[in-house]
Amino acid sequence: MTLTDWFNKRKEAQQQALRENDVVIDDSIGKLWSLCYNCNSQLPKKDLENNNMVCPNCDYHFRIGARDRIKLVIDEGTFEEKYKNITGKDPLNFVDTQSYAKRQASAKEKSNLDEAVITGIGEIDGQKVAIAVMDFDYMGGSMGSVVGEKVTRIMEDALELKVPVIVFTASGGARMQESALSLMQMAKTSCAVAKLNEAKILYITVLTEPTFGGVTASFGTLGDIMIAEKGARIGFAGRRVIEQTIKEKLPADFQTAEYLLKYGQIDSIVSRSEMKEKLSKIIEIHNMAKSC
Amino acid sequence: MQILEFEKPIYKMQEKIEELKKISMDTNMDYEKEITTLEKQTQEYKKELYENLEAYQKLQIARHPGRPNFLDYINLMTEDFIELHGDREGCDDRAIIGGIAKIDNKPVMIIGTQKGKTTKENLEYNFGMPQPQGYRKALRLFEHASRFNLPIITLVDTMGAYPGIKAEETGQGIAIAVNLKEMAKLNVPVIAVITGEGCSGGALGLAVANKVLILEHAYYTVISPEGCASILWRDAAEAKTAAQALKITGEDLLKFDIVDEVVKEPVGGAHYDIELMAKTLKTSLLNALEEYKGKNADELKQDRYSKFRRMGVFAE
Repeated sequence: MTLTDWFNKRKEAQQQALRENDVVIDDSIGKLWSLCYNCNSQLPKKDLENNNMVCPNCDYHFRIGARDRIKLVIDEGTFEEKYKNITGKDPLNFVDTQSYAKRQASAKEKSNLDEAVITGIGEIDGQKVAIAVMDFDYMGGSMGSVVGEKVTRIMEDALELKVPVIVFTASGGARMQESALSLMQMAKTSCAVAKLNEAKILYITVLTEPTFGGVTASFGTLGDIMIAEKGARIGFAGRRVIEQTIKEKLPADFQTAEYLLKYGQIDSIVSRSEMKEKLSKIIEIHNMAKSC
Repeated sequence: MQILEFEKPIYKMQEKIEELKKISMDTNMDYEKEITTLEKQTQEYKKELYENLEAYQKLQIARHPGRPNFLDYINLMTEDFIELHGDREGCDDRAIIGGIAKIDNKPVMIIGTQKGKTTKENLEYNFGMPQPQGYRKALRLFEHASRFNLPIITLVDTMGAYPGIKAEETGQGIAIAVNLKEMAKLNVPVIAVITGEGCSGGALGLAVANKVLILEHAYYTVISPEGCASILWRDAAEAKTAAQALKITGEDLLKFDIVDEVVKEPVGGAHYDIELMAKTLKTSLLNALEEYKGKNADELKQDRYSKFRRMGVFAE
């Protein structure tokens, strides 16, 4: 075995280990240097940031937050956040190893977010859109009453303004601490999409790393056009649950964007650097068709 | 019949009564008074026990192997059931069964998840865990019903949608999502009943209804208590605690307007008297259908939309 072989083999093993990991990957970045989870290269943090958190060597897309996402796709100075004032309660007085109220408070502090989704109105190359962007950093992007309500409201705004809706998903699924109330958010948001369909309002979903469970089984996969960000893992059931059920090892690329594309489940895979341009073109073509 | 752990005292008491009766017969001594008292005590204990069950005990009843399944209800509640098979794309998922029927001489479309009572049946019905193709078959039947003005009844009893390779490859999440969205558009009344287990999106995929009923010992939740316990407590053995915390019983769900009615079960649970259960459920279903009689498509859709639009608890 040559040295290169050895390195390649090691790299392969690492990639395999990464993919077989649970959904959550810790993307926290060191102070000055970051390590790419995919190719294992040491990257100066600045380079990574300048490249929209995409590894310049292997094109691995690091997870990014909702605010960064909005900066990347919405024209500068046009974003107007809405429904920031809708905040969580603890209707079930849920306590596991700690109380839901405490979990919410620490999630707020840790993520510097109000909830797991940011909603608002903005422009993409001068074209007005309603947008909802989920953030995995707030309790794993889980959907409870607040996420369901904000997503529904921004869709209702789009109905009124007659503008397209774009949703970026990043979620481990429904929020267990609100139990059936979370489950009902799947119905609520899907019913709102039904209204968009009836009004012929264009709805685009962009599935990002990771999108699972209740979000996959509701508004996440109801887009008229469904895009996945490169490398994102998307599924209904988690990898571990499936492995335990079928008692088999799953292929390494199982539930990746590329895998879903192969099985006809999504329209397209788009890399982060091209996301804005692609969204803009899709909207432009649909807007043109409307006026002719 | 399988006796649950918490029911054992009842059976012990009943054994005592039988014993006394036998002694009384054998020895010709009169224990009539003692027997009557014991019988009365047993009845009282039973009533007390079953009326104050914890969430996890209800869940055990909901999962009882003898619990009536979809086809039991079809046989006992409807006439002239004609099953309509298949998703028209190469599959007839047996975990979901549907068809047209008459209930008290009223035409309906009735669809539900089917669980088996034997291992052989359970393999055929995949333990009541549907594949995407099952949801797509259901959707085809929903749309048929909507087109031909047949009110829809769904009976839900599932541990959830099946987590498998093929299920993911053929879009389990999408199939459920599409059902949620398309059920909102149906022109006919939809009545859903959680008859046993109402677990997660797999249950909701048949339950975007104008009215949602739940049987007394059935449960409805976003995740199974076992799943929740292993994630939040990192210990599946905490399922009992999780069941309590998740507020999965009809009584709890009524408080949050997630269900509209809790349907009383025979003492001890539906499996103790399947016929009585079917009769009670049939009455509730007929009442629900009557309520929506004469409502036009727009009213029905609006009713369904606003029902789910209101759901959620948040501060503003």
